[in-house]
Amino acid sequence: MSLINWIDDRFPLTKVWNEHLAQYYAPKNFNFWYYFGGLAVVVLVLQIVTGIILTMHYKPDADLAFASVEYIMRDVPAGWFVRYLHGVGASMFFLVVYLHMFRGLMYGSYRNPRELIWILGMVIYVALMAEAFFGYLLPWGNMSYWGAQVIISLFGAIPVIGEPLAEWIRGDFVVSDATLNRFFAFHVILLPLLLALLVYLHIVALHKVGSNNPDGIDIKKNKDKDGIPVDGIPFHPYYTVKDTFGIAVFMTIFLGIVFFVPELGGWFLEKDNFAPADILQTPPDIVPLWYLTPYYSILRAVTFEWLPGGAKVWGVIAMGAAIVMFFFLPWLDRAKVRSIRYRGWMYKTALTIFAVTFVMLGYLGTKNPGHIDLFLFENVIWAQIGMLLYFAFFLLMPIYTTLDRTKPEPDRVG
Amino acid sequence: MTDDVNSGRRRLLTTVTTGVGLAGATALAVPLVASMKPSARAVAAGAPVEVDIEDLAPGKLKVVEWRGKPVWILRRDEQTLAELEEIVGDLSDPDSEVIEQQPAYAQNRHRSIRPDVLVVLGVCTHLGCAPTKEFEKGASTGLGDDWMGGFFCPCHGSKFDLSGRVYKNVPAPTNLVVPPHSYVTENRILIGVDETEATG
Repeated sequence: MSLINWIDDRFPLTKVWNEHLAQYYAPKNFNFWYYFGGLAVVVLVLQIVTGIILTMHYKPDADLAFASVEYIMRDVPAGWFVRYLHGVGASMFFLVVYLHMFRGLMYGSYRNPRELIWILGMVIYVALMAEAFFGYLLPWGNMSYWGAQVIISLFGAIPVIGEPLAEWIRGDFVVSDATLNRFFAFHVILLPLLLALLVYLHIVALHKVGSNNPDGIDIKKNKDKDGIPVDGIPFHPYYTVKDTFGIAVFMTIFLGIVFFVPELGGWFLEKDNFAPADILQTPPDIVPLWYLTPYYSILRAVTFEWLPGGAKVWGVIAMGAAIVMFFFLPWLDRAKVRSIRYRGWMYKTALTIFAVTFVMLGYLGTKNPGHIDLFLFENVIWAQIGMLLYFAFFLLMPIYTTLDRTKPEPDRVG
Repeated sequence: MTDDVNSGRRRLLTTVTTGVGLAGATALAVPLVASMKPSARAVAAGAPVEVDIEDLAPGKLKVVEWRGKPVWILRRDEQTLAELEEIVGDLSDPDSEVIEQQPAYAQNRHRSIRPDVLVVLGVCTHLGCAPTKEFEKGASTGLGDDWMGGFFCPCHGSKFDLSGRVYKNVPAPTNLVVPPHSYVTENRILIGVDETEATG
């Protein structure tokens, strides 16, 4: 152990190990929902590793990009595997992040004193959406091209500065080689660095206040004579072993998709993206990938021409507001308890409706607004109903969480 | 020791140092931010494009690229122009009152310099998709029995007439953009240069 001692005199290795793993006491009642934070880290690492390999073969040039992706798929040894890992990985990243966020909503993990963890997490989520958006342009397929065209046009809707801003983002008057080249820089340098930093801060903030748990009660209130929470167990080895099991199950599903259905019927890779970008030919339906469609639905749901300034700019505002709402959750929720286990019927109903609405908006975002894919009404009407329910969940929260009849929290976790 | 501290001077020095540092950082940021604007090459590629329309028959559409965007040049016959007068009730802005969408010399009934020749950007004013040409009339297009021919955006269902004017109750807020253009000769259009600039 003299090597460890030598290092400890120069770097706090043992101290960091103990503080964050061997002597980090996490509540003993973590359940299924507590897998997804760790899984998100696993996917992040996987995306970075596969991304580095893809970067070795990919050409960020409008004339070469599409062909270089085909070259990766056909000629690079195991290139298809690395690319599918990366592409499926993007969707799996959002899947685990959405489940991780839903866990927070169920157990009140955003409540005092974890507001900053929640906000840092939301910044990670926004950065992840940007990372996915930039990455989606890189294959230079037709959906890549038109998706970027549509999303950058959103900035053009901002009064006065909109058009110059959109030009500044594109580096050209339209999405072009300049845009592709800079999106590559954002995708492989800017956002990965930012994400790594944010994840670090998210975990530092978590370890400062300690983990929440399915009962939503503070385990630090009951400590033994050594100052260790009686309902806490060391993260390592207990949760490292639990998470390893979770990773094994997750990777089985992940690789099952990679090997057997890497496009997942157009949900993970859209068929229009197998044709190269064509500035004169828009795909019949421009839709982002599933993880962005709830917001895309809200964007398209605002069709009210009587709004001052027109429907378009308000659609953009509504979409932005839909994301911003999450940041205010810690202050919108006035309930006496954190966990859904001790809340009354109002919050339980509200959260259920919200979850269903989010999925419905996501589904509608992949469909033509004028068609009828659910029942009775056109998709755009359902999206408007969804938008109303979405905002009601947040804006009415101070009211229904105050009125809601909560049960008393137990002293100890069950 | 503490008696010797001139805290006023210390505060001044700290403020000045911080101020100079911020000014330096701002000065550094200016070229870094500016470097992301369209490059000289991109601006040069936005140079005017000259198009010959001598061979453009009525009812035909010519597509040229200007600043990386498709520009549509459409020749309309007398009958079409007359029909365009009949549908004004269905249009959102039949008289081109949104002045940003066309130069002043195209703010007229036919949205063009020469009545028969329409020049518009083939970019939907909703979110920048490329509308398709649907010149056939009537129900066969799937755009309704009373469809008089025009452009249809497949992304979100916006409809435009043969003057690039937007129909009511579609997502696109405004008429298609008429780019600056002018006639060099009777049948040669210069896209990217205004009428007045060219003649004056």
